[in-house]
Amino acid sequence: MTKYIPTIGIECHVQLCTKTKLFSEVDNDARLKEPNSCVSPVDYGLPGMLPRLNQDAITYAVRAGLALNSEINLESRFDRKHYFYPDLPKGYQITQMYHPIIGAGFVELPDGTKIRIEHAHLEEDAGKLSHESTYSLVDLNRAGTPLIEIVSMPDIHSAAHARDYTKELWRLMTYAKVTFGDLYNGNMRFDVNISLAPEGSEKLGTRAEVKNLNSFRSVERAVEYEIKRQTKLLEKGEKVIQETRGWSDATGETTSQRSKEEAQDYRYMPEPDIPPIRLAPEVIEAERARLPKLPAEYRHDFSKVLTADLIEVLLDYQNLVEKLAELEDEKTAKKVANLFSSVLLAEENASLLNDELPTKEQLLELVEMNDKNELSSTATKEVFLKFFDPEMHFKDTRSIAKELGVIQENDMGALEAIVDAVLAKPETKQAQDDYKAGQEKVLGFLVGQVMKESHGKANPSAVQEILKAKLK
Amino acid sequence: MKTANKEITAVSLVQNALEKAHKFQETHHIFTFLNDVGAIKKAAEIDERIKKGENVGRLAGVPYALKDNFLSPEGETTASAHILQGFTSPVTATAVEKLEKEGAIMIGRTNLDSFAHGSSTENSYFGPTKNSKDLERVAGGSSGGSAVAVALDIVPFATGTDTGGSIRQPATFNGIYGLKPTYGTVSRYGVVAMGSSTDCVGFFAQTPEDLNLLMEITAGQDPKDMTTLPDFYGKDNEKFNDPIKKIGIIKDFDNDAVAPSIRKALADKVEELKAKGHEIVELNMPALKYALAAYYIIVPAEVASNLSRHDGVRYGFRSDKSDNLNDLYENTRNEGFMSENKRRIMTGNFVLSSGFYDAYYLKAAKARTMIINEYNDAFEKCDFILTPVSPNPAFKLGEKVNDPVAMYLEDMMSVSVNLAGLPGLAIPAGETEDGLSLGLQLVGPRRSDADLLKFAAEMDKDSHAGSTDSHADIFGGKD
Repeated sequence: MTKYIPTIGIECHVQLCTKTKLFSEVDNDARLKEPNSCVSPVDYGLPGMLPRLNQDAITYAVRAGLALNSEINLESRFDRKHYFYPDLPKGYQITQMYHPIIGAGFVELPDGTKIRIEHAHLEEDAGKLSHESTYSLVDLNRAGTPLIEIVSMPDIHSAAHARDYTKELWRLMTYAKVTFGDLYNGNMRFDVNISLAPEGSEKLGTRAEVKNLNSFRSVERAVEYEIKRQTKLLEKGEKVIQETRGWSDATGETTSQRSKEEAQDYRYMPEPDIPPIRLAPEVIEAERARLPKLPAEYRHDFSKVLTADLIEVLLDYQNLVEKLAELEDEKTAKKVANLFSSVLLAEENASLLNDELPTKEQLLELVEMNDKNELSSTATKEVFLKFFDPEMHFKDTRSIAKELGVIQENDMGALEAIVDAVLAKPETKQAQDDYKAGQEKVLGFLVGQVMKESHGKANPSAVQEILKAKLK
Repeated sequence: MKTANKEITAVSLVQNALEKAHKFQETHHIFTFLNDVGAIKKAAEIDERIKKGENVGRLAGVPYALKDNFLSPEGETTASAHILQGFTSPVTATAVEKLEKEGAIMIGRTNLDSFAHGSSTENSYFGPTKNSKDLERVAGGSSGGSAVAVALDIVPFATGTDTGGSIRQPATFNGIYGLKPTYGTVSRYGVVAMGSSTDCVGFFAQTPEDLNLLMEITAGQDPKDMTTLPDFYGKDNEKFNDPIKKIGIIKDFDNDAVAPSIRKALADKVEELKAKGHEIVELNMPALKYALAAYYIIVPAEVASNLSRHDGVRYGFRSDKSDNLNDLYENTRNEGFMSENKRRIMTGNFVLSSGFYDAYYLKAAKARTMIINEYNDAFEKCDFILTPVSPNPAFKLGEKVNDPVAMYLEDMMSVSVNLAGLPGLAIPAGETEDGLSLGLQLVGPRRSDADLLKFAAEMDKDSHAGSTDSHADIFGGKD
């Protein structure tokens, strides 16, 4: 049977987290705000209103472009894309059809695969409609929010890579701090083009586009579904239709929305109200200097001490990897990384990572106390958790450990005294005799008694050594 | 200034203007809104401030007429279009804001071709405005109401917009001055857009000096309009220091398509200039023959785009005959737009549609570049260019309204100036034997607006030596 190779290209819309909108001076952050409360006459499409380009959106786009390893175009222009819909107040969207600000670049996936970026452009978002039984409501809070649309080359050939690519885009854009990256609220949305061609074929197959996916998981599932659907069609000798399809998370299926024949003519036209954007090379260099360290660099730096899987877990949290990178000593970094991951992996603690992270000093002292056996591994985790406690987080590590009473007793003299006291107790007589008779496992019972006597502060391995010596 | 000297009150000026406005409204149909209550109230406030000795501005108490495509909360802004009926703007156009800051008082909104689409003001939803010299003839357009309001002395000045001749042609048809400034001199913010890349805010007045004062007040870069130029108006331009000017004459415009009366007016003016020692330079400008075609591709494309927002969803007129979204759009736009609006929307959408864009829009854009270059070359050889504004004096009402091509030909000598973004000044040039106004236009290089006005003022002084100028008093321009 013919083997089909999928070819996938992805367009990603990223909402930029600028203070104000792309062309007006109203608040760009409409979260928790009343519908139509963040709307200016410009966003409302009043006659006679003109766009006023937000310069921050330009620098954000430059930074995003640098994160995509892209050429930044020193001159770019805006165009109008026309269609009628109530979420589009002017009857056109201001976008960059012919001269985008971000040129060719690439994204490197965790496994080293490079996905080329065709270009990325700046544009404005549309509003939102909610459909009621006999009418629809328009909310224009989102209308005019700056977006960049990142267009990949068709370099992706599996559902897993489609997922990895979208996730890596999310990391790049959030690391570059150009978006809040809140997928649930549509800060990043993906349109995925999928086609199949027989293995070895030079020509690509007919593609279907699945629009408006808003999670990495749905990207992966939609691609898996499309590969199956298109394979079935091709195996039956039928044709794939070029069309736009929608994805349902609930059914796990894509369904046809409109075919190519119904596709709109957007009547693109140069935007006469906005002069071309001309960038000085210094602006680009300033943004390059401002660009934080990106995932690929962390991967490289951490690869000597951490496993690839652990790195990927940690990379979901930029503040965390930044913290780890502060700890120059590799062994220390590894211990802290493991601490973080054990906290992260416990679901009930996952939210803690959004809080303020422990300071470098707190972490270094914690590792040191653990190294010196002052804290058992359990106690280390316990103290670590307290770093996130609003009552405790500002205290130094030793104070927290003291307050918790978890510092281990390592003073041999003091420990010997406790051991002696325990051995003097009549209820341990039997165990002592048994041990001497060769039953070594009763040693555990005796260690336990000493730990009890020390209120848990004794270092158990030290206690074991002392007991062994005394009962010889 | 007289008003500030308390010799005339703002209230009396405004009352006088409103009385005339009401009188001529019945015969000429000039206004879409008369600001009876608001204007008197503002005038009284100004008189009060003058009494207190406050600084009331360079136009304190001066009544003016506002073309009804400028946004302000006073009266509905309709652009003489049914589809905007009921729309009261929450915002004020930058130009209006600047005029009113200097104390000018809007006494009425003036009639125009709906959305400024036309050359006669016959395309107004509210009916045509009549010519100030002949009630059977058109006012010109699209700023017909504003031109007639100034020509009939109702107000000393009025605002206009000029996308392809909409100030210069009605100024000429009514025997007054009309300035279309360099593209980007006066902010377009708050002006209902027609063709964004050619739209200019300008003025009508009886003298070049008055126009100069209005430009001093309204010119300037506006952060709300990214296409405005960095401030230049009033700054010295050494190029024009020589009192002897080289005046270019475009040979390509001297043909049978232009009425004899206009060719004679031009020839007379040329002789007059020669007599004063100015040098006449003949220009060959072959690319200008593409101007009208390029204009009627580029501007309709922008028109179609700019009018997309009128969908009945948010403001203005909405058809009540619809029960689904597509019908709402279709019926609202079908009932709300005039046929000339629809013609331009359809032309614009056609030239932008996929498969035709390269053949029409891009070609027109190339022709536009050729025209710009040709003007640049011309201004290497001369200071200003003198041409007719329109091929004919004011035509009869109804004469061309059903012949769009004839109507478009009216613009053949004005549109190239818009495509090139140049300043163009309509100047009066006598009358026909039947008493119809004649006019010519002076065109200068970009940013030569003030120099154009200065030159026109000198020409005017020489030709009307000894005549008095009533409006300079009101403006205080000659104090």
